[in-house]
Amino acid sequence: MKPAPFAFRRPATLDEALAALAGEPGAKVLAGGQSLVPLLSMRLAAPSMLVDINALPDLDHVTASSEGDEAGVRIGALARHAHVLASAEAAQVQPLLALALSHVAHPTIRNRGTTVGSIVHADAAAEMPMVLRLLEGSVDVASVRGRRTVPAAELFAGPLESTLAHDEIALEAFFPSLPDGGGVAFQEIARRHGDYALVGVAAVVQTEGGEVTGARLGYVSVSDVPVVVDVTDALDDPAAAALAELEPTDDIHATAAYRAHLVKVLTPRVLADAIHHARERSAQRKKQ
Amino acid sequence: MTTKLFGAKVPRVEDQRFLRGQGRYVDDLLHDDPRLLHSAVLRSPHAHARILDIDVSDVLDVDGVVAVWTYDDLAGAMAEPLPLLIPHPTLTHGRTQYALAKDEVNYVGEAIAFVVAVDRYVAEDAVARIRVDYEQLEPVVGIAAARAAARVVHDDVPDNVGARMEQENGDARAAIAAAPHTLTLELDVERSACTPMEGRGTVARWDPDTSRLTVWSSTQTSTGVRGCVAAKLGLDLAKVDVVTPDVGGGFGVKINHPWPEELLVPLAAMTLGRPVKFTEDRREHFISSAHERAQQHHVEVGFDDDGRVLGLNVEFWHDHGAYTPYGLIVPIITSTQLLGPYKPQNYRVAFESLYTNTVIVTPYRGAGRPQGCFVMERTMDAIAAYLGKDRTEVRSTNFIQPDEFPYEHGLVFQDGRELTYDSGDYPASLAKLKQLVGWDEFEDFRAEMAAQGRRVGIGLACYVEGTGVGPYEGAHVHVETSGKVKVATGLTTQGQGHQTAFAQIVADTLGVRFEDVEITTGDTRKMPYAVGTFASRAAVMSGSAIHLAALRAKEKALRIAAEALEASEDDLEIVDGVVSVRGTDASIDLGTVAVLSNPLRYAFDEASKAATQFSVGDPGKPPVAEDDEPGLEGKDFYSPARSTFANGMHAVIVETDPDTAEITILKYAVVHDCGHLINPMIVEGQIHGGVAQGVGGALYERMAYDDSGQLLNASFMDFLMPYVTEVPTTIDIDHLETPSPLNPLGIKGAGEAGVIPSAAVFAAAIEDAEGFPITAMPISPSELFELRLAHANDALGG
Repeated sequence: MKPAPFAFRRPATLDEALAALAGEPGAKVLAGGQSLVPLLSMRLAAPSMLVDINALPDLDHVTASSEGDEAGVRIGALARHAHVLASAEAAQVQPLLALALSHVAHPTIRNRGTTVGSIVHADAAAEMPMVLRLLEGSVDVASVRGRRTVPAAELFAGPLESTLAHDEIALEAFFPSLPDGGGVAFQEIARRHGDYALVGVAAVVQTEGGEVTGARLGYVSVSDVPVVVDVTDALDDPAAAALAELEPTDDIHATAAYRAHLVKVLTPRVLADAIHHARERSAQRKKQ
Repeated sequence: MTTKLFGAKVPRVEDQRFLRGQGRYVDDLLHDDPRLLHSAVLRSPHAHARILDIDVSDVLDVDGVVAVWTYDDLAGAMAEPLPLLIPHPTLTHGRTQYALAKDEVNYVGEAIAFVVAVDRYVAEDAVARIRVDYEQLEPVVGIAAARAAARVVHDDVPDNVGARMEQENGDARAAIAAAPHTLTLELDVERSACTPMEGRGTVARWDPDTSRLTVWSSTQTSTGVRGCVAAKLGLDLAKVDVVTPDVGGGFGVKINHPWPEELLVPLAAMTLGRPVKFTEDRREHFISSAHERAQQHHVEVGFDDDGRVLGLNVEFWHDHGAYTPYGLIVPIITSTQLLGPYKPQNYRVAFESLYTNTVIVTPYRGAGRPQGCFVMERTMDAIAAYLGKDRTEVRSTNFIQPDEFPYEHGLVFQDGRELTYDSGDYPASLAKLKQLVGWDEFEDFRAEMAAQGRRVGIGLACYVEGTGVGPYEGAHVHVETSGKVKVATGLTTQGQGHQTAFAQIVADTLGVRFEDVEITTGDTRKMPYAVGTFASRAAVMSGSAIHLAALRAKEKALRIAAEALEASEDDLEIVDGVVSVRGTDASIDLGTVAVLSNPLRYAFDEASKAATQFSVGDPGKPPVAEDDEPGLEGKDFYSPARSTFANGMHAVIVETDPDTAEITILKYAVVHDCGHLINPMIVEGQIHGGVAQGVGGALYERMAYDDSGQLLNASFMDFLMPYVTEVPTTIDIDHLETPSPLNPLGIKGAGEAGVIPSAAVFAAAIEDAEGFPITAMPISPSELFELRLAHANDALGG
C-alpha cells in the first residue's frame, strides 16, 4: 500500500500550478487527499505528478451572501468540509449544505477533505456532488487557457468522472441560496455512521402561501452519477417518479430491490420534511 | 498482608504507554537503523492457477532493489511445505502451502515472490515488475461448491474433503426416532476474520559476530516461531532468539505460524547480512492472513413435551480454505462446544472439513464456538417455539445441574482429553441474566413499543467455553537485590493487560509492592519453554505458573530470612517487600534477602553493604548448599490435566425498523462466570471488546468472495468492522464466580467469551421481533428486507 513513484509540486501561485498541470498530462491535483491518497496507496491511480494546491493563497474561503443575483454560498477549493459545516452564515443562506455535510464521513475526514475536491471527484455515492446538482450550482475552474464556470448539470460525466479537462483546477463552488418560500431536507441510510449511503435523498421545494409550487429531489448511491428528479407534478407518488429515473444496483452491501425500497421509504419522508421546513421558514419570516 | 490485589479493579498500567502512542510494535523496531531493508510480497491475483513461468529479470533493474526470491531460490527445509502444526488421525488429506508458491496457487493472496529493497515503496515497485505466466484453473468458492466437488482445489483430494470426523455419545439417531417430537434445522454462518489493528510483521537481524539470529515477530507464540525458524533455516535452536514486542491485537490470527514472511525475513537477513523487515498492509491482511467462521449445519433433534433433548444429531461442513496448517482445531471445537451448558441424552456429531480456493482458516476469537453456540441456541429456540414454551424454560430443562460436576460428556475435546466440565452454576447464571435484561417484563415493553409503531425483540444465548488448554506454561520469578521483582513467562501479550494482572498475582503471593513487579512475556531469551497465547489460556496457564513460581521464591525468601532474623519461618510475614517477625520490630528487606541468597565475594553496592549486618550460612559447609542455588528466584510450571470450562449468558433487546429493516441494539446484558476474577476491570474490558467484535460478526462483517475467488471487500471501507457508533453504548455485566478446582487460583479464561454468543443472541432477538426464523448469520438490513419479502410472499401463498 505504497504509491507508485510520482513527481511532487507545491506551487505558491495559481499560475505556477496551472502551468505545472498543463505541462504534465499525467498530473493530478491534490487538495484534501481524502479520496486521492487511498487510491494512490492501493495503486488504483498512478499519476506522474501531484500538484499540491494547499500553498495557494485565497482559496480557503466560505462566503455567504443573501442578496441579489449572487445570493448563495461560495466555497473555495481549500475550504475543508468542517469549515463549511461550521459556517453559520452558510447554513443560514443555504441550509441544505450543513444538512448534507453532517453525513459526509467522519470528523477527521471532514477536517482534511475539501468540499470542492469531493465535488470534482464526482462520486455518485458522495453527498456534495448531488447537493450541487440539486441546487443547480456551479463550479469555477481555471487553466492556462483561461477561466470558465461549469453549471452542475454539465459537470458530471460518469462514475468518478467530471467534465473538467486534465489541466483545469476547480477554484470555487457556488451553491445558490434558498429563496423565500423554499425548504430543504436530507436523509440517508448507511450501514455504519459516516459510511457512504446505501441511499441518500435530498429535497428542495418551493412554496407559495403554503402550497408547493416546485419540488426537486436528489439521490445518492442509486445511479452512477448524481441524479435529480423534478417531482412537482408527481407529488402524490414522488418515489415512483424518482424510481423511473434511478438505476439502483446490487452490491455487497445491499440488493437493488432493497435500495429501491429505501427510495420508496425515504422519498416521501424527505419531501414532507422539506415542505415542513418551507412552511416553518415562511412562518418565521412573517413573525419577523 | 496489606490490601489484597487479586480481585481488585487495578487500572491497567500498560495503558499509559498505549494511549500515549508509546507502544513499541514490530514496525517501530530498528526504525533508525540505516542498514535496515524492507520487503514486499508478490501475491497471487488468481484463486486457482498453475504457475507456468516467473520472470524476475526486470526486478533487479529497479534502483534500490537488493534481492528477490521465488520458490526456485529456496533450498533444504525451506523448499518443503510449511508445517502442519496440529496433525489429527482424521485429517487424512492435510495440505500446507510453501513459503513461496511451487507450481500452483490456491487462493488470491498466496505468496509467490519475496522482494527485498531499501524501502517498501521500491519493494512494491519491483513486485509490480515481476511477470508470471498463469494457467487459470476453475476455483472452488464456498461450501456448496466444495461439497459438490465438480471442481477440486487439490488434484489429489478428489472430493475436497480434508477430514471426516464423527463422535457420538449414546445413540442419537435411535433416540430421535423414538422421541415424541422432532425438528430439523438448516443453519449457516459466513466467513469473517480477526482483523487486529496491527497486521502481521517480522523483523530479523543476523549478528555475524556471535552467529546469532534475532527475530522480532508480531505473534501469539514466540517459542513456536523460534522452533520453526530454527528448523527451516537449519540453525541450532540456541542460535535463534524470538522476541515479541508490543502486539496490536491478535484475536487468533497470529497463533498460526510460521507465516511465509516469518521464515523469509530471517532467511533474507542471514543471506544479505543486513536487518530485514516485513510489515503487512491492510489489503495483504485481508487476502493472506487467516479467516474463520464459515460453516453449514444440518441439525436433527428429538425432544419430549418439556423440551428435554433426548437426541441431537448434527452434521456440518466446515470451510477451511486452501490449506490446513492449524489442523482441525476449529471444527473439533465446534463439534464439542456446541453442547454449551446442556446435557442432551444422546449426541452425535459428524463433520467434513473442506478445501476451497480461499484464504486459510485458523482460529479466530471464539474458535468455532460462535458457530456451535449459534446451532445449539437456534435449536433451543426452535424447540421453545414448537412447544410454545418460554425460551428460558426450555434451556433450564436441559441445563447440567450444579451438583452434576464434574460432568463428563463422553466426547474428546480439542486437546485430545475427555470433555469434562469442572464447575459452573447455570441456573444461577440464568436467574441473574433474566433479572439483568428484564426478561419477565419484556412483554410489557413490547406492547408499549408496538403502541408507538415500533418493533422490538429479545433473545438470549448461553455458552460454555473450554479455556486454559494445556500442555503447560512456566514462569520465572527473580527478586533483585534492589527488591524489584522481575517475572518472565513465555507466552505472549497482545493487549490483554498481562503486566497488570500478573503483577497483581505476584504482589499478593510474594508480598511485594505491585509497582515493584515487572512482567516480561514472549521473549525466548527469558523463558524458552512456553506454548502461546490462545484459547483464553494466559491467565489460567501463566497466571497459575507465576503464582507457583512466586510461592517458590517466597519459600526461599522465608528460609533465608528466618536464618538471618534468627526466627522461625512460621513467625514471618512478607508485606510490601519487607520480611518481618510478626509482632516484633525485627525485619529485613526482601532485597537484602536477595543479597544473602547469593554468597558473592564482592560488595559493590549499598544493598550488599546493608546485608553485612546479617549472617547466614554455616562456615563449615559449602556457601551454596548441595540442593540450593544462588539467587532469590523461583521457577515453576503449571500443567493441568484438562481444560477448565468458563460459561456465560448474553441477552439482547433489538429494535427492527418496520420500514427500513435497520437493526438497532436497545439493551445488551451479559452474565459471565470465569471463576475467581483476578481483575474485574480487565475481564469487563475483555467482555466489552468481545461484544463489540460479536456485533461486527453478527450484523456487519463478512468476507464477500465472488465466484472467481476475488475478495471484493478487502479494505475497511467495505469490510464493515463496526465503529464505536455501532456498538452498544452500555453493556450491563454481572459476574458469577464459580471457582475452578483445577488450578491453585480457581480461575478460568475470559478472553474469548464476549464474542461467542453474538450470532446466536442477535438471531434470537431478530427472530423474536420479526416472527420468522433466522437461520443464517450475519444479517444485514438488506437481507432482513429480503427475508420479509419472502415471508410475506409465503403468507400470501406465493
